[in-house]
Parts: sequence; structure tokens; C-alpha cells
Amino acid sequence: MAADVFKALADATRRAILDELQDRDGQSLFEICTRLTMRHGLGSTRQAVSQHLDVLEQAGLVVVRREGRYKFHHHDTGPLREITSRWPLPDEGQSS
Amino acid sequence: MIRITVTSVFVDDQSKALDFYTDVLGFVLKNDIPLGGDDRWLTVVSPAAPDGVELLLEPSGHPAVGPYKAALVEDGVPATSFGVDDIQAEFERLTARGVRFVQPPTDMGPVIVATLDDTCGNLIQIAQMTAAS
Repeated sequence: MAADVFKALADATRRAILDELQDRDGQSLFEICTRLTMRHGLGSTRQAVSQHLDVLEQAGLVVVRREGRYKFHHHDTGPLREITSRWPLPDEGQSS
Repeated sequence: MIRITVTSVFVDDQSKALDFYTDVLGFVLKNDIPLGGDDRWLTVVSPAAPDGVELLLEPSGHPAVGPYKAALVEDGVPATSFGVDDIQAEFERLTARGVRFVQPPTDMGPVIVATLDDTCGNLIQIAQMTAAS
């Protein structure tokens, strides 16, 4: 599970997908592709973006929700807790 | 000189589509010609260009149309795109009319786009070009 999270994050396109889902949660594949092209200059094919989404989904960072005939992608930052539980952050106000 | 005079979207129900495309979206009826069976040559135009490009509301009877439309809708791909002057105003007007948007107005650089459900089996994009960007 943890290895999946690190692998999923180790790719600039997948990080950009998470950035865009942070901007607006619950997007279609088409909207994600459009945002990657227009905002990030990433001309990935639909098939490539779909494969990136599969990797993110396997890591638990993206959840697919079907609503009627639509299919939306949501992001879930829950798995990122593994990082700070393994390597805790310094207490607030103590770091500099 | 060759010109584009008609473009089309496949609609599940032509009568329902005519209501949505005229009464809700704001196009006006141009041609309504019986074609045999229940099918009609049914076109609408923009009130801004009554002699401009016609949009054909095409019957979905061919067996390939259903799977084609379903696959596009699942992935959020619009069947076509229409231009608007003020996308935020259109978004608010159409939302108040009960139109379902799967994507609210989103700034994509040279264009702001939004995607709505036409209730006839299609997603439709509306687009506002942003000034000289």
C-alpha cells in the first residue's frame, strides 16, 4: 500500500492531476485531460491519463464515483498520512 | 466555395430535444420536415444568426448511437460546443432553469468552458473566448 503511494506520487503528470482535483474535486476524464493540456502544457493522450488515474486509484489517492451515466474522479489525501506517521513532522512553532 | 451549413447532435427524443434546445438553451426552430416513421429533419438556429449554421437534432435510431453516446458521456466528452458571450451569466440562467452542469465555468486560458447535460443523451460544452489572451 505505502509503496503504491510513493510510486503514484513519483510522476509529475500524476501530481498535476492531484493539483487539479484539489482545485475542483469530482472531474470527468475529459475535464482532467483538458486541464492538463491547457494549464500544464501536458499533451498526454486520453489513454495515458486514464492509466495515470488507475495508478492513483490503486494507491487510494483517487476515488472513482459513478453517478448515473457519469463517472467522476475525486481525490483523497488520506493515504498521505502514512508519510507523516512514518516520518513525523516537527511540532508546530518549533521548526524553523 | 464549400461551407458548413448543418452540424448535428444525436438526440434520444426529437420532441424533447426541440423543447430543450429552444425553450431552455434559446435556439429557434428552423426546419421541421417529416422523414417517415417518427423521424423528422429537425433543425434549430441561433437567434443571432437565423440564416447561419443549422443544428440538426438527429434521431438516435441506429444501434451504434447508444453505445457511442454512453461512452462519451461516461468520460465527460461533449458532443459539440456552442459559443456564448457571458458564460457565467449563462451558467446561472441555465442552472436556475434546472439544467445539470457536470463542469461549472472553468478558466482554460484562452477560453472559459462549462459542460451541461442536454437531457437527450449528450454533454454539451459552452465556451466563452477570453479577450486577446
